[in-house]
Amino acid sequence: MTAAAVEELCVSDLAEAYRRRDLTPVAVTRAYLDRIQALDPRIDAYLTVTADQALAAARASEERYRTHSELGPLDGVPVALKDVLCTRGVRTTCASKILEHFVPPYDATVVERLTRAGALSLGKTNLDEFAMGSSTEHSGFKPTRNPWDLSRVPGGSSGGSAAAVAGGLAAAAFGTDTGGSIRQPAAFCGVVGLKPTYGRVSRYGLVAFASSLDQIGPLTRNVRDAALVLRVIAGHDRRDATSIDALVPDYAAALDDDIRGLRLGIPAEYFAAGTDPEIDRAVRAAIDVLRGLGATLHELSLPTTDYALAAYYLIAPAEASSNLARYDGVKYGLRVPGKDLVDMESRTRAAGFGAEVKRRVMLGTYALSAGYQEAYYGKAQKVRTLVRRDFETAFADVDLIVAPTTPNVAFTHGEKTDPLAMYLNDAFTIPANLAGIPAISVPCGFTAAGLPIGLQFIGRALDEARVLRAAHAYETAAPWRGRRPNLG
Amino acid sequence: MTTATRTDYEVVIGLEVHAQLRTLTKMFCGCPTAFGAPPNTQTCPVCQGMPGSLPVLNRRAIEFGIRTALAFHCRVNAACRFARKHYYYPDMPKNYQISQYEEPLAEDGWLEVELEGESRRIGIQRLHLEEDVGKLIHEGALETASSSLVDFNRSGVPLMETVSKPEIRSPAEAAAYLRDFRAVVVSLGVCDGNMEEGSLRCDANISLRRRGQRELGTKVEIKNMNSFRNVERALAFEAQRQAKALDAGERIVQETRLWDADRGYTRSMRSKEYAHDYRYFPEPDLVPLRISAEQVASVRAELPELPRARRQRFVTEYGLPPYDAEVLTQSRALADYFEETVRGVPNAKLVSNWVMSELLRVLPGDDERAIAASPVPPPHLAGLLRLIEDGTISGKMAKDIFEQMFRAGESADKIVEREGLAVIKDTASLNAAVEQVLADPASARAIADWKKGKAVAAKALVGQVMKATRGKADPVIVNQLVQEKLSRM
Repeated sequence: MTAAAVEELCVSDLAEAYRRRDLTPVAVTRAYLDRIQALDPRIDAYLTVTADQALAAARASEERYRTHSELGPLDGVPVALKDVLCTRGVRTTCASKILEHFVPPYDATVVERLTRAGALSLGKTNLDEFAMGSSTEHSGFKPTRNPWDLSRVPGGSSGGSAAAVAGGLAAAAFGTDTGGSIRQPAAFCGVVGLKPTYGRVSRYGLVAFASSLDQIGPLTRNVRDAALVLRVIAGHDRRDATSIDALVPDYAAALDDDIRGLRLGIPAEYFAAGTDPEIDRAVRAAIDVLRGLGATLHELSLPTTDYALAAYYLIAPAEASSNLARYDGVKYGLRVPGKDLVDMESRTRAAGFGAEVKRRVMLGTYALSAGYQEAYYGKAQKVRTLVRRDFETAFADVDLIVAPTTPNVAFTHGEKTDPLAMYLNDAFTIPANLAGIPAISVPCGFTAAGLPIGLQFIGRALDEARVLRAAHAYETAAPWRGRRPNLG
Repeated sequence: MTTATRTDYEVVIGLEVHAQLRTLTKMFCGCPTAFGAPPNTQTCPVCQGMPGSLPVLNRRAIEFGIRTALAFHCRVNAACRFARKHYYYPDMPKNYQISQYEEPLAEDGWLEVELEGESRRIGIQRLHLEEDVGKLIHEGALETASSSLVDFNRSGVPLMETVSKPEIRSPAEAAAYLRDFRAVVVSLGVCDGNMEEGSLRCDANISLRRRGQRELGTKVEIKNMNSFRNVERALAFEAQRQAKALDAGERIVQETRLWDADRGYTRSMRSKEYAHDYRYFPEPDLVPLRISAEQVASVRAELPELPRARRQRFVTEYGLPPYDAEVLTQSRALADYFEETVRGVPNAKLVSNWVMSELLRVLPGDDERAIAASPVPPPHLAGLLRLIEDGTISGKMAKDIFEQMFRAGESADKIVEREGLAVIKDTASLNAAVEQVLADPASARAIADWKKGKAVAAKALVGQVMKATRGKADPVIVNQLVQEKLSRM
């Protein structure tokens, strides 16, 4: 085994290779840094590469393996962090000009837990500014390209993280999912993306977009990696009042159990007209595979699906307008001088925020304004309750819901100029965020043009184990495991 | 209302009081709340509103809120929520304040207010918790400052806002409400009540209506009144201003006005700049707070005796005049001081007299910290009073000794012993002193007067003896001896 083919190795392969001394963390880290240097100028997955810190951490890891005191399955594993996760001493930009030079004095809880587990960060990945977008075109710095077809978007907002994993520029990566921002880019880039239950992973140190929806999760080569990583980052955190105080199971341990008798719900609304026929076909074929593995299929309806998108685009911007109020040039980040305080704040925000962020701040401010709040924000919250009830009703009869992750595959850069068309991309991912339940996207085939298609499993709150098990069973049986983009 | 207006107006006042809670740490993070630290030394990512930081509720602040709510006879809600209140101001790091809006901690209570011997219940509408903001320090005056700095030490300190119903009927009653409010929160130990340091702040809503009219008039909000006296002055001014305006047929504009204590008037804050749409919505970073009946019951069980109840008990239990009881219960520390002293010398009226005339001459009775740290602690005062009671020293000597005790922090016994200050009761030595005075030719005149039947002349002779013994002689014994010897002459 040589470090020259690191992109072939998943997280569990690496740990195994380190233990057997086939590979060392330093060699693997060097190989990844080399790949980043060679390939990232074409993909633009990273905003910041922290080579020196990564190598120092790799050396420390190597020492642990040498003395047989390694910290677990992530020790020495090079990962990438979406640039909304605060990293002490390393700039955290949210891909926004307003935070271009912001260096947090603290680590996010997730970063802390990864460090404690021995994982090392290669750098910070690109995203749609403040995680608002579905293509990573709305980065304040540069667009990221899809490794499967550089003329296409990687999805978003965790596009940099998805592209890094797909392009072999990190062993695993972390993203955040507010309305699909992990699952949609995972589907576009042909990798696994898991959004855990709201509250399963601490949000402390995650720069907020929409606080009641944001959730951190992994993007990985396969489902087993997602299970290994989730176990490290999940669990109660005293610094996040919304984090759930529940035991974290050994997700990987139960992965190989079969899915015989698993009841799978097929929601009619996710197979309606408007979905790319190639996706429809691929997902139906995947469902057949699952049936072949012993799962039972149940047609059902989630009638509020159509309203979820509208509710989301009121709630998320409303919370965003509040969360982004702090960027005013007074305390940190960009400051554009003005003739007085209000002028300084206005100029700073005008220069620091991109068009999509401004659009959502305006939308959200409007939705919360006196005289409109009840009709918009208030109504949207009621819809949210109905969406949650839809799932509760469905989960009375089935164990998991299976559906496409997205209605379309990766589109070309600049193709979707109409914000509404862009928002429609999230139609199948948003409901799980509104309900706060876990969902995963796994690759389930390719279009004729060679673009990846994502299959989504949605589960009950805190039922990540079952979500992962079904995804793993499918992935194991599916014929295109191991197919990789050709980056020359 | 004593104003020279044409119409008889009734003043309607509601008060919003912000009390800083005396928790050790801030409302949503672990930073200390101590006052007076160097700027920005008591801060962390949470109270600086850094990206990615999240608030975590301080349970102690909730307990303090419940304690106060119960003292004000409020209903503590079984479920309450925090909400974000939005407005841009550089002293507020997130540009929103975590407060409570639709679901406050407690509602519907009352505070008994005493004014000119009469007591009245003023309704309390709601009590909620929120975080304080930072402090701006301007280079020069606000209007002309070339730069301003922000100190976030105060940012995130727990605040309790209590809103009264519009049931206060005069500026004097508003001041009385605030005084009683302060006494309650201070005695509960939830707030230090220090208005100068801003631990207790008050805004008022005031409107006028024709006496007998039901509907409320247009209200004006008054801010920046930082003492009891200023609350009364500002509201008196504002009532007068509104009455004149109404008399002149003008309409009252709903606005916020600032009290200018130096110039003695209220002035309008530019309403455009301060017309806020706060865009409240439930704080998504905090889960709704459930408060169980058991929790309320346990706080209720630990509730200390409130000033009013204690005042009444001082009258019935110690037989003190109501005036004494009121003075002694102006702070919890003072009332504690009194009771501890009485335990050492069971003469309540004597203790009361000494506390009121001597202790309060040198220490402010409403200053909890000063009273609690008095250089003359209750056992020392009790020791001093015991010396008076058993006749070891005279009351006059005791006052001098008290002053020494206060300066040096020593006990009365020690001072009396060292300085040989005990009263001379020894008849033999007093006999000698009396005889010496009577033998003095300067006394001849007084002796002659006494013999002519002028009884008061003896007093002059007693005075001479006292003077000769430098005040240490027991005046009762001296008087007895003088009378005896005169009648034998």
